[in-house]
Amino acid sequence: MAIENTVRRNLPGSLETNRNLSQWLDINTDGTVTMRPGKIEIGQGILTALRQIVAEELDVNLERINIVTAVTALSPNEGVTSGSRSIEESGVAFRYAAAEARELLLARAGAKLGVSIEQLSVSDGVITSRSGGSVSYWDITDGDLLKREATGDAKPKSHMLYRIVGTAAPRVDIPRKVSGAPVYVHDMDVPGLLHARVSRPPSYKAELVSVDMDDVRKMPGVVAVVRDGRFLGVIAEREEQAIRAQRRLTRNAKWKEGPTLPEFDPRYLLKLQAKTDVISEKKGAASSGREFSGEYTRQFLAHASLAPSCAVAKFEGGKFTVWTHSQGIYPLRAEMAPALGVPAEDIVIHHVEGAGCYGHNAADDVALDAALLARGALGRTVRLQWMRDEEFAWEPYSSAMVVKTRATLSDAGQITDWQMDVWSHGHSSRPGRGPGSNLLAAWHLEKPLVRAQTANPPLPGGGSHRNAIPIYDFPNEKVSNHLIPDPPLRASALRGLGSQTNVFAIESFMDELALAAGVDPIAFRLRHLKDPRGRAVIEKVAAMAKWKPNSRGDGANGRGIGFARYKNGAGYMAMIVDIVLAETIRVTHVWAAVDVGQIINSDGLLNQVEGGIIQAVSFALKEEVKYDRERVTLKSWDDYPILSFDEVPEVEVALINRPELPPLGAGEGTQGPISAAVANAVFNAAGIRLHDIPFTRERLITAMA
Amino acid sequence: MGMQITVNGRALSVAADEETPLLYVLRNEAGCKGVRYGCGLGQCGSCTVIIDGKPVQSCDVPVSAVAGKSITTVEGIGSMDEPHPLQRAFVDEQAAQCGYCATGIIMSAKALLDVNASPSDAEIKAALSKNLCRCGTHQRILRAVKRAAIEMRK
Ligand code: FES
Ligand code: FES
Repeated sequence: MAIENTVRRNLPGSLETNRNLSQWLDINTDGTVTMRPGKIEIGQGILTALRQIVAEELDVNLERINIVTAVTALSPNEGVTSGSRSIEESGVAFRYAAAEARELLLARAGAKLGVSIEQLSVSDGVITSRSGGSVSYWDITDGDLLKREATGDAKPKSHMLYRIVGTAAPRVDIPRKVSGAPVYVHDMDVPGLLHARVSRPPSYKAELVSVDMDDVRKMPGVVAVVRDGRFLGVIAEREEQAIRAQRRLTRNAKWKEGPTLPEFDPRYLLKLQAKTDVISEKKGAASSGREFSGEYTRQFLAHASLAPSCAVAKFEGGKFTVWTHSQGIYPLRAEMAPALGVPAEDIVIHHVEGAGCYGHNAADDVALDAALLARGALGRTVRLQWMRDEEFAWEPYSSAMVVKTRATLSDAGQITDWQMDVWSHGHSSRPGRGPGSNLLAAWHLEKPLVRAQTANPPLPGGGSHRNAIPIYDFPNEKVSNHLIPDPPLRASALRGLGSQTNVFAIESFMDELALAAGVDPIAFRLRHLKDPRGRAVIEKVAAMAKWKPNSRGDGANGRGIGFARYKNGAGYMAMIVDIVLAETIRVTHVWAAVDVGQIINSDGLLNQVEGGIIQAVSFALKEEVKYDRERVTLKSWDDYPILSFDEVPEVEVALINRPELPPLGAGEGTQGPISAAVANAVFNAAGIRLHDIPFTRERLITAMA
Repeated sequence: MGMQITVNGRALSVAADEETPLLYVLRNEAGCKGVRYGCGLGQCGSCTVIIDGKPVQSCDVPVSAVAGKSITTVEGIGSMDEPHPLQRAFVDEQAAQCGYCATGIIMSAKALLDVNASPSDAEIKAALSKNLCRCGTHQRILRAVKRAAIEMRK
């Protein structure tokens, strides 16, 4: 009887879905190593960190390792680069793949030198036997070495032996970037390159009444004017000609619009039909005491990448080649196929870096736009760059949110019951989350594809409910998530997802309760928190900032704390901020203590956390997507100010390394603690409680009233 | 006969017409891709170049306004092999996340250091007031500019 003996083993990280070692690594006879991550660089330094992991496990110098950036058909399919999961997924895969490659090389070397592999040691790819004799990786490798399924059995190095992982290896990409060399997809150029622009509707649901295209066709340099439904575009020989043609086309288009957007206040969410899930419920000892409640909101927030989205595309022989800065080239390809009416195999997508995106911005949309227009370019390569106003008006935003809290505080100053309700749209509409399409142009075509629903990634990470369940220990607890379908503005993933608003609510409310209990905010948190790593970051940041318990601000200067364990399962972050209250709020100093498990690249981690903090201060103080009943009204940086050089605080970050624990991502998780710390500092300074993000001058005035 | 400009010491006959923003001439005719588009509105500084010793947002000037002038872009101050002290300081301080803002900021900083060898923190911040960085790399960038100033005084 045949016995089914091919039980599929679980493999670590992204090896699970890309099981062949040769998908990840080549050991080359010329003394180099090639690695092929499916994850992509978005300014977070991931490629540098992955290279450190491979160099460590293989025992070769960093300089030997070349990185092939992601392209469909060649690179492992690692889905999307997001959620600070790259180290957990790609890093772990590389760690095991490289450890196994090393074992295979040692086995070959042992056979060749006639010794057991215990006799062997490796230094920069040279394998030496204790009894003399040596051979290098480059002598014994060949094309077959890694053509095999990973076993996951090779044991990675103990962290005690690390020489490269954990150090501050300099980023591989920075020298080129600061030299001005062409590194971004925006910089691609080939002889005969054409330039394209899209002319968008004035608002989401606007209907095209008429458009004069002939007039545009006659303009200098114009190669083609394209209309497919309400998707309008131009192609021209020169970039400035494409821009002028696009402006004329936009002027020539007559649209019918109506009021389709809600009031400019996140509380519109409370009036809509929601799908409600109770996501945490604890019933312990009966609770009694004083009752408190709170309500917190945040407006829609934009990614606002410094570079509007850009893609390059070519259509030749019925096949598309596309270069874009998408975070997920495989899901994008699957989503582009039906919009272009070709099988996915007829599309090749190369990842080329763009500017920082901080989540799902228009990087996917622009790829479809470029491919659609490339069809009209007679085999020539087309470069399409979104304009600034287009990026502001059409990128997917992070959903507005409303959070309500209620708690019971015992006479002993202990929280005995905690309830929280979250209202939001879904926080992801990335490609590949169908049914339907999540690419902007696909909705505008003559034969439109239906818009896919915005959804939430499931818990424990969660979307709108990310960090909605408190990490504190309360005997009674109930947390409900109210998910509202059909966002009136495009909504998708932005750094931290729902965690900014949820942590803002929890940590503001904790301060309000601490005040009611007459207890210092840090002492109050610690009395409700058992988790030792959580306590450690809070205690650390208190020491860094020389926190004085129960100290009150002087009307202008104040200090506040915010804390969270990102996604309830990733990095611990505690932050203290100092603010000065004048006409507006100025954040002058931030201290942060961070524990993200094992540190791969200490300076890369600091860079990520510092950047996340400064951006989070900008989110908290300034940023909101403005709209009226018909249109999103963002057009320029004047409408969407961000923190400037003379407004940035001093930031001090302490890293707590846990080399024995798994490494966790760090790009996110600062947003919630910072928002709460700023609000708590304003209260500390002047007794004004801010409930609505962003904390602009207008909101400050409202809160004072 | 088209307009003439000088880019990093090299003469260029401009093919674009007069109203074309200098940015597109630099990127697409002179091949200076380190001059970057961020807004086209003079608000973000990604496209900053130096003309007559002053930092200029090249998206915000028609090429005709600089006819006959000499323009310095980031490519003109150093290279990967021979970086300018500012470029070296950005590497030493690891002052980039995505790096998209870096070249424009380096040019604003260069225009400052060329006239003020020991700027105060406030002067550096003021000189960078027209440059945006979305990744939040400000603190490292300020350190890099200070480091470069020290190097250049040596
Ligand atoms: S592109 Fe010139 S200032 Fe933004
Ligand atoms: S490093 Fe990305 S915008 Fe400054």
